[in-house]
Amino acid sequence: MTKQQSRQPKDESRRRFLKYSGAAIGGAVVGGVIGGLVGRNLNKAGKNEAAPPESTESPAVQRDQDYNQALMFFSQEQFQTAEAAAERIYPQDNNGPGAKALGVAFFIDHQMAGAYGFNAREYMSPPFYKAEASQGYQLTFKRRELLALGLDALNEYSQQKHAKKFPKLTPEEQDAVLTAFEKDEVDLKDVPASAFFAMFRNLAIEGVYADPLYGGNRNMGGWRMRNYPGNQMSYTNEIEKEEFIKMEPLSLHDHLQMG
Amino acid sequence: MMANKLPKVPVVIVGMGWVGGIIAAELTKAGINVVGLERGKSRSTQDYYHVHDELRYASRYELMQDLSKETVTFRNTEKMRALPMRSYGSFLMGDGLGGAGVHWNGQYYRFLPYDFEIYTKTVERYGKNKIPKDMTIRDWGITYDELEPYFVKYEQMSGISGPPELPDHVGHMSKPFATPPMKTTPAMKLFTDAATKLGYHPYIIPSANLSQDYANPDGIERAACQYCGFCERFGCEYGSKADPVVTVLPVAQKSGKFELRTHSNVTEILHDGKKATGVKYVNTLTGQESVQPADVVVLAGYVFTNVRLLLLSKLGKPYDPKTEEGSVGRNYAYQVNGASTSVYYEDREFNLAMGAGALGSSLDDFNGDNFDHSDLKFIHGANIRFTQTGLRPIQYQPASADTPRWGQAFKQETIHNANRILGVSGQGASMPYRYHYLDLDPEYRDSLGLPLIRLTFDFLEQDRELVKFIAQRTKEIAEGMGAAKTTMNDTIKQYNIVPYQSTHNTGGTIMGDDPDTTVVNNYLQMWDAENVFICGASNFPHNGGYNPTATVGALAYRTAEGIEKYIGKGGSLV
Repeated sequence: MTKQQSRQPKDESRRRFLKYSGAAIGGAVVGGVIGGLVGRNLNKAGKNEAAPPESTESPAVQRDQDYNQALMFFSQEQFQTAEAAAERIYPQDNNGPGAKALGVAFFIDHQMAGAYGFNAREYMSPPFYKAEASQGYQLTFKRRELLALGLDALNEYSQQKHAKKFPKLTPEEQDAVLTAFEKDEVDLKDVPASAFFAMFRNLAIEGVYADPLYGGNRNMGGWRMRNYPGNQMSYTNEIEKEEFIKMEPLSLHDHLQMG
Repeated sequence: MMANKLPKVPVVIVGMGWVGGIIAAELTKAGINVVGLERGKSRSTQDYYHVHDELRYASRYELMQDLSKETVTFRNTEKMRALPMRSYGSFLMGDGLGGAGVHWNGQYYRFLPYDFEIYTKTVERYGKNKIPKDMTIRDWGITYDELEPYFVKYEQMSGISGPPELPDHVGHMSKPFATPPMKTTPAMKLFTDAATKLGYHPYIIPSANLSQDYANPDGIERAACQYCGFCERFGCEYGSKADPVVTVLPVAQKSGKFELRTHSNVTEILHDGKKATGVKYVNTLTGQESVQPADVVVLAGYVFTNVRLLLLSKLGKPYDPKTEEGSVGRNYAYQVNGASTSVYYEDREFNLAMGAGALGSSLDDFNGDNFDHSDLKFIHGANIRFTQTGLRPIQYQPASADTPRWGQAFKQETIHNANRILGVSGQGASMPYRYHYLDLDPEYRDSLGLPLIRLTFDFLEQDRELVKFIAQRTKEIAEGMGAAKTTMNDTIKQYNIVPYQSTHNTGGTIMGDDPDTTVVNNYLQMWDAENVFICGASNFPHNGGYNPTATVGALAYRTAEGIEKYIGKGGSLV
């Protein structure tokens, strides 16, 4: 395995690349990458330093405040519940950070506040009928409704079973509660438990691996664990290589600063 | 609001994807004025500078049709109540300038000579009894040789990159591919070597992601693919992946004879029962309705749009599965995927984030009728392939079936496997059946109040047998690839609209030589209205074991030629 520095914006290969595609595209018809990469004058200082170290501390105590880490949709209790549940879906282990350190609950909160939470681009018109499994989601709930209901139900069910709210349970108890939801073994009126669980699980995975711009995958920690290089511009020189190439990942934030 | 009646134009095209773009370019080059109507927005490569965003484009379907406005309804059989596809799953309808031609992978395969004469060739070799009851395969009314020059046109226009020679058991090419094949990755080599050792005939997948810089016959210059790994569901920021916006539409626009109108959603083909008089469309931003009279109306939408517009406009005779009469909506088919083997390596990792939509190797030894089906319970077959399209971490969660779907074990296994699994899979042909069809839903409507299209489809015995057989072939190849273990999938169940499978929907306005049971002749001219041309994968009487775009592109060039002829002399072209 070779370790390779990823191409930083100003290095030789980037310049070669831009020159090359500029010549090839010619500008007349297609346009191409040239215009879009021209400098947005963001804070370039320190940009080429090594990636920030992984942190397992609570984000709140980090010196560099991330003001994006605040709630758009969840109540504080829902947030804590989501954070605890997401950590069980994707726990911290010796591979690296878990959902909590990666900011996954913030990702989910932010997703629910926007178009996806409202199912804005989905067909939500009535009538609603009971569906065959082959016909997909046919519930009336919008995602944000199902998610809030499900998180509250996690606490209600935990309270019934263990006389504590979900975040206060041991990891083993939390897993048992989540499994009960996954398998539709809970009997909570009007809560489609397995539909909630499936949605929550998918959101948690998205929060681990989506570009950090969405609030999860903090410092690209999700990508690093998988050796996923993120948003690179070109692999022309690597695609034929026999050996596995590890790269420092790049995000869309990095992309905005390429000049 | 009163409809705004516009001055008559020679040609109006509904939909600005590959078909609309090709026809617009060819007709305007010939000096004919064309209006192109596109219901989505305009697009350029500049829109894709921040396209390497899996969540936005792949998981949230940025480039796809807004389902809150229009979707399809689905049922497996007529016994079920069709319900709306509320969110995306099985297939993805494109939207905006370039249509689905923007978000494709660029895998380019001419259909086999066998495909175009499937009925005749099946009966010749195996007898009529080989065709099961209610399987409605038919010849296409055009042969491979007749269509061959049009494939060449598409290849030269889009700069298809491919090997200098293909195996003998695929169609003959009168002209080599426009550019050399894509690069070969170590994983492609493992597949190729294993397949060759078994006596098969693998070749590098012909690709619309350019292997090198290319200037096409229209003078359009494009840059080589960067193997960035973001093709399917994404637009190409380099213009390397051929799409209508970077190839044919600029040619039409440069002609001075083309007027593009975006945000223009056609709701009806206006006609007098014999010929079309124009189209009605609504501006999706302002709500203003317009009537665009035209000498020739071209339907160039996706499968569902083409069929739905005919049915909404009461043009042509709707297909009735009970009587087997009528044509519009007949022979809906899909793609039979599912035959596959995963190849697990322990001591080796591959650069699987790197790739291109059409990067890979494939073989046709078990496609079409390239092998003896005498003792098999299915016809046709599959293209068997290994592709390296660029794996992305949200949508690719490589855990074996017996691993939990969440928790530490799941995390551990998906991280470990992320760059250690290769896949050998079959892209199977899909045969049409009497009870698989498209019609208007009786209950659900779009945001304008018009009925949605209803899809009735399932996988049948033919598909299960095909998958079982092809899966064994994928396993044999996989076992020669030097892996620690392989796992095979050889079953296909009821068709389920939830998991993504393929955006290769076909049929509904099929071509052929019978005016009673097909919608268009072999110039894609409508039998029931001589000044209406309908082109797309909706013309396919069945779907082959390949990606459809090559054949759609060839048919689009054929259509353009037909329209030119029609404008010259009128009447039926056949």
